[in-house]
Amino acid sequence: MTDLLFAALSAALVAASVAVVLSRNLYRATYALAAALASTAGLFFLLSSPLLAAVQLLLYTGGVLTLVVYALVLTESAEDPRPWRRPLPAAAASVLLFASLAPLARHVVAPPSRPAIPGAREAGVFLFRDYAVAFELLSVLLLAALFGALAIARKETSS
Amino acid sequence: MTPGRLLLLSFAVFSVGVFGVLARRHAIAVLLSLELMFNAANLAILSVAWARGLAQGTVLVLFGIAVTVAEVAVGLALFLLAERVRRTATLDDLSLLRG
Repeated sequence: MTDLLFAALSAALVAASVAVVLSRNLYRATYALAAALASTAGLFFLLSSPLLAAVQLLLYTGGVLTLVVYALVLTESAEDPRPWRRPLPAAAASVLLFASLAPLARHVVAPPSRPAIPGAREAGVFLFRDYAVAFELLSVLLLAALFGALAIARKETSS
Repeated sequence: MTPGRLLLLSFAVFSVGVFGVLARRHAIAVLLSLELMFNAANLAILSVAWARGLAQGTVLVLFGIAVTVAEVAVGLALFLLAERVRRTATLDDLSLLRG
């Protein structure tokens, strides 16, 4: 059952990824990205991290989809008249990258007796005890990104 | 579902994202391809953490998602600014910083 779900989600993820880079219509590409991120959420669920699956769906898929669709609506530039720039060398580089990465996958094998998979409780303990400083820094980063985005995108009124 | 297969899957998605970043001209298309690459990295992190039973993997992926969302916000703001000031969203036309 798990293997079947894994195969289906993998196929959906790869198909959606290819659709993201090949779609000329950027709305279509954005929805394909949402499908890819949602399949990844399903994979996170299979990897026994329902917490991450929820975060991926709510924050990543929902947030990114909303932001990108807003940007597309605001600029009315959804059609890409000449989308490609040197596609053949890019495809060659991509295939070469995959071919050089693929042998590494064999080196990661699960230990014979897999330890119990930690859940949301352990992750919360890690987040707020061991990595509390990083967590606070992250909130500062998010605030800086928010203000930076506002400062960059707002219209100049005194010019 | 083995760690090796999961890693192969994430490598494949990452390579597709690399192709998109290299081959597309539109700024939003490049941004979406970058998201694919980030997503593949998150999947790889969680696969290894799952194989080894490490709770830190969850924390790392959480941080990764938060950083990515911040990056998207700033990237889209830059895109909106380019659209308004230069009237173009094609990266080839935004070569102001080229020496």
